[in-house]
Amino acid sequence: MENIRYDLITALPEIVIVSMAMFILLADLFLKPANRIAIYVLAQLALLGAAYFTFSTHVPSVNYAFSGTFVDDALSDVLKLMIYLGTSLIFVYSRQYIQQRDMFRGEFYALVLFSVVGMMIMVSGQNMLTLYVGLELLSLSLYALVALDRDNAKATEAAMKYFVLGALASGMLLYGMSMIYGMTGSLNIADINNALMAGTKIHSVLILGLVFIVSGLAFKLGAVPFQMWVPDVYEGSPTAVTILISSVPKLAAFALVMRLLVQGLPTLAADWQQMLMIMAVLSIVIGNVTAIAQTNLKRMLAYSTISHIGFVLYGLMSATMNGFIFAMFYVISYVLMTLAGFGIILLLSRKGFEADELDDLKGLNQRSPWHAFLMLIVMFSMAGIPPTLGFYAKFSVLQAAVAAGYVWLVVFAVLMAVIGAFYYLRVIKLMYFDAPTEHHAIEAPMDMRLVLGVNALALLVFGIMPEKIMELCIYAMTSSLS
Amino acid sequence: MLNYFTQHLLSFAIWLPVFAGIIVLAVANDNKPDATRWLALLASAVSFLATIPLYTQFNFAEGGFQFQEGFRWIPAFNINYHLGVDGLAVPLILLTSFTTLIVIISAWEVIQKRVAQYMACFLIMSGLMIGVFSALDAILYYVFWEAMLIPMFLVIGIWGGPNRVYATVKFFLYTLLGSLLMLVAFIYLYLKTGSFEVVDYYKFAMPLDVQVLIFLAFFAAFAVKIPMWPVHTWLPDAHVEAPTGGSVVLAAIALKLGGYSFLRFAMPIAPDAAHHLSGYMIALSLIAIVYIAFVALVQKDMKKLIAYSSISHMGFVTLGFFIFNNLGLEGAIVQMVSHGFISAAMFLCVGVLYDRVHSRQIESYGGVANTMPAFAAFAVFFAMANTGLPGTSGFVGEFMVILGAIQTNFWYAFLASLTLIFGAAYTLWMVKRVFYGAVANEKVVVLKDLNKREFLILAVLAVMVLALGVYPQPLTDMTNATANQLLSTLAQSKLPVSLGL
Repeated sequence: MENIRYDLITALPEIVIVSMAMFILLADLFLKPANRIAIYVLAQLALLGAAYFTFSTHVPSVNYAFSGTFVDDALSDVLKLMIYLGTSLIFVYSRQYIQQRDMFRGEFYALVLFSVVGMMIMVSGQNMLTLYVGLELLSLSLYALVALDRDNAKATEAAMKYFVLGALASGMLLYGMSMIYGMTGSLNIADINNALMAGTKIHSVLILGLVFIVSGLAFKLGAVPFQMWVPDVYEGSPTAVTILISSVPKLAAFALVMRLLVQGLPTLAADWQQMLMIMAVLSIVIGNVTAIAQTNLKRMLAYSTISHIGFVLYGLMSATMNGFIFAMFYVISYVLMTLAGFGIILLLSRKGFEADELDDLKGLNQRSPWHAFLMLIVMFSMAGIPPTLGFYAKFSVLQAAVAAGYVWLVVFAVLMAVIGAFYYLRVIKLMYFDAPTEHHAIEAPMDMRLVLGVNALALLVFGIMPEKIMELCIYAMTSSLS
Repeated sequence: MLNYFTQHLLSFAIWLPVFAGIIVLAVANDNKPDATRWLALLASAVSFLATIPLYTQFNFAEGGFQFQEGFRWIPAFNINYHLGVDGLAVPLILLTSFTTLIVIISAWEVIQKRVAQYMACFLIMSGLMIGVFSALDAILYYVFWEAMLIPMFLVIGIWGGPNRVYATVKFFLYTLLGSLLMLVAFIYLYLKTGSFEVVDYYKFAMPLDVQVLIFLAFFAAFAVKIPMWPVHTWLPDAHVEAPTGGSVVLAAIALKLGGYSFLRFAMPIAPDAAHHLSGYMIALSLIAIVYIAFVALVQKDMKKLIAYSSISHMGFVTLGFFIFNNLGLEGAIVQMVSHGFISAAMFLCVGVLYDRVHSRQIESYGGVANTMPAFAAFAVFFAMANTGLPGTSGFVGEFMVILGAIQTNFWYAFLASLTLIFGAAYTLWMVKRVFYGAVANEKVVVLKDLNKREFLILAVLAVMVLALGVYPQPLTDMTNATANQLLSTLAQSKLPVSLGL
């Protein structure tokens, strides 16, 4: 009895969010359209409540629950807090957009909250099946969200594509897990590690399993050669959903990599390092080079995401404590940048106008110098130009890679970063050097303007003082991995 | 308060203009551009005055770093906010704050659109460049170095000429590519020494092959910035398209960032590689001096001509560095400062003409001296200075470098001194075509001579060029101790001592 109580307390944040998601679904039925804003408030409160419980029950030690299938450590707590923060920002940025497109309903908020729970389970799972269930909960919610605007043919197509390829990736991941299970006799991450440490297993079977697992992970991360879905889904989804797909789930995917590869299969590190290395290099090349050819802003950011994931993999492939810390730092920075970037797109869009073409940004400096400045910060941060957060993100993962002996790969990454800078500069060129073709006044609620301003300026402020985020990552990693 | 100021002279020199720029952006109202202009002028004047104590309180006998200050900035990476200057940096810092003042004044009537953003860009850029000259922590230096690209990118792109987008993107990407390779070198050095302190790198011994790689990584960054042949191609484009203020800052200061950085980073950190590769460096410098002078000769665009002339003159600077003697090194430093004044003045002269006729082509002019006598006098004076006429600052640096080169190899000096002929050829031929002869067309007929503002800035620059040419001692006194110390550092091999045999 005591045990169950402990388990439930450990999973309290998840419980809060699930309950609220179901309550929102029910409440939506009884609310008049005019009062729907209550749902928004409830969703935000759910995140706040979960954040409160995650924060207040935090202890620096590693605690297992539900018979070792669920873990509560500093890594999971920090990532969860980032997920709440990111989702909360998404709610703020997307409210006006979905109101104007008749998507402002309970389903949107319930599905997003379910996806949040999925991410939280991915972050906290300590058993292959738990992790898989979390991943599927996230994925299924996202498939539905992409297709939420059901009369939109492009979105439906994107949802189909996403679903078919996503299901394939899940299948691969599951297949790989079954191989590892066959060899080690356990689904539990810690037991797998112990079993692999203890005895000789058939290496070829393990490698086969590993290949499938890494493929599945690469799909979820959007790393080359499993990136085909990313641009189509980013472009086809309503921007309010794209901002979700592109941001916080990367935190969860990062956690999944940490749990499966770093905690579960460190004995195979030499093998997965190679795989990650190939994917990292390819992602940076394809992401940066292909982004140049894009005319659609969302598609461009999709390719930019692919290249960012490549940089995250540079940190992970180093397979050192510093490498993991810096990869986490990169993911967190990436999420903050992406949120601000898509936030600007949502801000500029209005009913009947998506603002998702590059040309829609033309002359933004003349329409609104402040918002052009915010986008400038985001773009320079993505390009990794100091003094922005993106610089330290790139700087730190590259440093980890040099320390691990990949000097020439780092030189290569740096050359690719210059190519990447080109398309970020093009965005700035459109905003600052071109004359506007759009003359509509920018309409956005005050809270959105304010939060977006803080979000983008944070990239600059943390770019000057990155210490706090870095300390957080160091704390999370060192107290969770030992 | 005063005490606090004197203890943080460098921080004030950096952050005063940066914050002033932010304030200009925040309070400016584009409907009242005059208020913005006065505010920017006040800010740049105060910023300039704040850098004066760096000269008055400088200890001329000391070759090491002075006015040092700092605190731990990012302990996770062992990055410090560490500032300090020596006799090499102080003249360039003064040059920076002075040039910014000139640029703000020169933009008074010319810039009519988005005045606040223009002024703020230059103020912020000024602070960042002073930061480059005074940072003693590699990452702090790198942050200033890169951040400075952002305002320059915007200045060329927003207020530049018809082909501005191409020019500014090229400028940005060229510089970024070089800088990122330098960043890799910094990361490598950090992993070996555990520190980003420049002085720690000076003491760190490395085998020759590593030194060569490190040197080449720095070379990628600095050669682009100086720019050395063959990575100079961004400069003519950037100069031609940039507004006058942008060209002035690019030529007067941005190029010096590269020269300064060679002396601060590349050469003392990898001295053996510097000696090992000095033959190539001298060859590149001589190509820049001679070949680029020929290229300048055939230019039809005045700004392009001055841009190529800058590259040729910067060839003297790198030549002075890599002949490793006192005359060469000090001559190179004098040349950097002198070129800062002369090139700024030349671009301002082109700006004066461009503002009136809206053409930079030499063929659009002719006989300007007839309608603008005062202006022609200034222009001819600066042209003479550019060719290295004795009595102007252009002579001092070039002469010292040539003297230094003779000590190393007669032919270096011979080739380098050819430029005194070629430089005279391309500069004076341009002057002849633009200013002398009959009045070419009706646009030249209606030209108005300098107004008070233009007269003031050109006169101030002319005084500086003359003063430095007649009496360069205040400058050489300042650089002397630093140059000697630097040469003794460069003379010491950093190769690990081999124990065998």
